[in-house]
Amino acid sequence: MKVTVTIMLKDGVLDPQGEAVRHALGALGFDGVSGVRQGKVIELDLADGTDEDTVRAMCERLLANTVIESYAIGMAP
Amino acid sequence: MKAAVVVFPGSNCDRDMAVALRAAGADVAMIWHKDATLPDGIDLVAIPGGFSFGDYLRCGAIAARSPICRAVADHAVRGGYVLGVCNGFQVLTETGILPGALLRNAGLTYICRTVPLRVATTASDFTRGYAAGATLDVPIAHHDGNYVADDDTLARLRGEDRVAFTYSENPNGSRGDVAGILSENCRVLGMMPHPERAADAALGGTDGRALFAGLVGALAAA
Repeated sequence: MKVTVTIMLKDGVLDPQGEAVRHALGALGFDGVSGVRQGKVIELDLADGTDEDTVRAMCERLLANTVIESYAIGMAP
Repeated sequence: MKAAVVVFPGSNCDRDMAVALRAAGADVAMIWHKDATLPDGIDLVAIPGGFSFGDYLRCGAIAARSPICRAVADHAVRGGYVLGVCNGFQVLTETGILPGALLRNAGLTYICRTVPLRVATTASDFTRGYAAGATLDVPIAHHDGNYVADDDTLARLRGEDRVAFTYSENPNGSRGDVAGILSENCRVLGMMPHPERAADAALGGTDGRALFAGLVGALAAA
């Protein structure tokens, strides 16, 4: 089974890369982009039946640094 | 005084660290990251700069989960001394031994130059060799040195006199100009600037020398 973990900087943590992307979009003429946040997506191939708690433990212990990052787990239906 | 320098794949300041510690009088052992224990009688563990595990996932994240880092955390809990420089500081925040985190520099560029640092406290064995408020010239070389911590953490660090060094001219966006912080017992120091690169007159200055001399002196006397 595939599980997708999306990791983003927490609200309130400045994201200089997202800010640079926002400026670059403006320079290309895309008006009205008021904010860009950049994160990462991690795809996990897991044994069928792996429960969400196990994935959450992976996030807490390694995949995300919860001091600065939040994560969302997408389990395939 | 016995010191161990931890070596990860991608460490590149490990030998510089060993040279600086030996010059100050320490006995230095190099320790591979797969080792699960520290040698007996180690007073100080130094986690050097570099790009451990290629900075994959996050700087210091993979290194922080390596076998040796469990031993380093135990050493810190027992009251042992730990010095983390640059990538070593990132490893210490990733392990949770020190609070906060290090993000991409605010200007997004890798910065490699000597910067003025202010000694923010002399109340630690790492900084006892400096005059209070002294300004040092110490090189930085990092892409992710932008220190972040929430307001409470920052207030606590300041209130407990645990900010060791601040940047006189903030190069990377660090909150509160923080360049280095101490643990509660002041025996763990994490800092982005490289004192081991400022420990030899022939190689870019000597302002980092007092850190090693003070530390080795304090531990040798203990």
